[in-house]
Amino acid sequence: MSDITNQSLNQIIKRIKTKEISSTDLTKAYIKNIEGAKKLNAFVTTTFDYALDKAKQFDNKPNFDQLLPGIPLAVKDLFCTENFKTTAGSNILNNFVPSYESTVTKNLWDNGSFLLGKLNCDEFAMGSSNETSYFGNVINPVGDQLVPGGSSGGSSSALAADLTPATIGTDTGGSIRQPASFTGTVGLKPTYGLCSRWGIVAFASSLDQAGPMTKDITDCAIMLEAMSGFDEKDSTSINKKKENYSKNLKDNIKGLKIGIPKEYRVDNMPKEIDELWEKGKKILKDLGVELIDISLPHTKYALPTYYIVAPAEASSNLARYDGVRYGFRSEKGKDLIEMYENTRSEGFGDEVKRRILIGTYVLSSGYYDAYYLKAQKVRQLIKRDFDDNFTKVDAILTPSTPSSAFKIGEKTNDPVSMYLNDIFTVPTNLAGLPALSLPAGLDKQGLPLGLQLIGKPLDEQKILNIGYAFEKNCEFKNEIKKWWS
Amino acid sequence: MSLDKEKIKHVAKLARISVNEAKVDSLTKDLNSIFKFIEQLNELDTNKVEPLTSILNQSLRSRKDEINDGKIREKVLKNSPKDSEEFFVVPKVVE
Repeated sequence: MSDITNQSLNQIIKRIKTKEISSTDLTKAYIKNIEGAKKLNAFVTTTFDYALDKAKQFDNKPNFDQLLPGIPLAVKDLFCTENFKTTAGSNILNNFVPSYESTVTKNLWDNGSFLLGKLNCDEFAMGSSNETSYFGNVINPVGDQLVPGGSSGGSSSALAADLTPATIGTDTGGSIRQPASFTGTVGLKPTYGLCSRWGIVAFASSLDQAGPMTKDITDCAIMLEAMSGFDEKDSTSINKKKENYSKNLKDNIKGLKIGIPKEYRVDNMPKEIDELWEKGKKILKDLGVELIDISLPHTKYALPTYYIVAPAEASSNLARYDGVRYGFRSEKGKDLIEMYENTRSEGFGDEVKRRILIGTYVLSSGYYDAYYLKAQKVRQLIKRDFDDNFTKVDAILTPSTPSSAFKIGEKTNDPVSMYLNDIFTVPTNLAGLPALSLPAGLDKQGLPLGLQLIGKPLDEQKILNIGYAFEKNCEFKNEIKKWWS
Repeated sequence: MSLDKEKIKHVAKLARISVNEAKVDSLTKDLNSIFKFIEQLNELDTNKVEPLTSILNQSLRSRKDEINDGKIREKVLKNSPKDSEEFFVVPKVVE
């Protein structure tokens, strides 16, 4: 039998249902892969005994009607998992064991899956290369010197290296879509409010959204269906009927109108990204889609806006790490204030400190109007750009990232050059829109590149359908050699 | 505008993060380059624009003020770096 772990989630589910493979054997196959892939540093914690126990329980009493029957899943270490350490990639949470489960992971487990391990990520999801984690860099399976993207870098690396059949990440400014693009996988940031934020370690609450990372579009639909849904415990959760994304997947997209925004052709963009975009347009045109040139005039202001809004919210959210109730506490300092200051200085890494200071500054007395209020106003203009165009088009097609995966250490000395990686992904977080990154081609070095489909609020089904049709006609093949094992 | 070292120290104090001199130097350099980037926003006239405070087309729900869990003191204290009896323990704050 061919290796089960290099198949897509939907193929694996079929084999479980036809009893070609048991949940126990499937779980063992992933454990073997994970044990042979330590070089990638994708895992912070593994839960093998727990997973094998759950697999055995499934095999003894299988329920094949579930969406994820007997499926082991590793998830980003930003989701609180009851009784399993949850670090957010930070020293300040390196010993934190939640006494509760995040809603989205609970939804996954309620659909028949179980936890295989917790995946490395940038500290508090702040980063675009998984180089800010307290637990070290994650390596991209595509090449041993390359970053896997970030912040969900452990997730993208584990998925592309066949260490989990699918996974979930979180996306505040591109943290699902950029790593998906860098590893030749599919990543979806849902509409703000579609997936509950309850139990996810908070970064920037008005932007954070959890979503699936998978090998293909069908898997993405299955995972989204399993994880999404109304949750009373999240005050921004949208109360609406649950959708059957996987059942409703269809590849007839004839007659749809897709916008091509001219502002996404940025200065110094590699020619290959432009060619990829052209290739994407042609595939969609051949499928009967009408391409329409559009303008999103405030695009260039999205990143500066993000670097006010996100740090401001982060500085407030991360105020809770004081060394008193949970997490790391410094032994240094002669009084309470010094204990706080030393705990936070030793507990947080450089990038997190930078962002807390930016956030504290832009919210401080005398600067609030000039920065924070200004950013909220520009955020309105960015959202309006999308609103205006979504009266004319069904979806928008752009590149996912301005480059393919870069080398470890290449951008760590220049925060702004690192931030520029998220130039195409950040606008949709600011506007709360769903956006899908799908693998679309390879550059001349053979590294994967992705295209992004942006949809109207709660129109996930439509961008999944477009992605589904695109996938069938794109002939993308991710040829990863398992150099690490 | 540019951020000088004194300002950085003040903001670090507000954020309750201790910083040494070397750290202040590197933060001054990094934060100034980030703020230079951020200040592109000044090109835009936003006088007549309403700030966006929520991207949801719904107001936040309210719920009844009722106890819906409780009796979980052990769970709440479980992760504390230091506790005693039923309390979190911190360095002395009053003389």
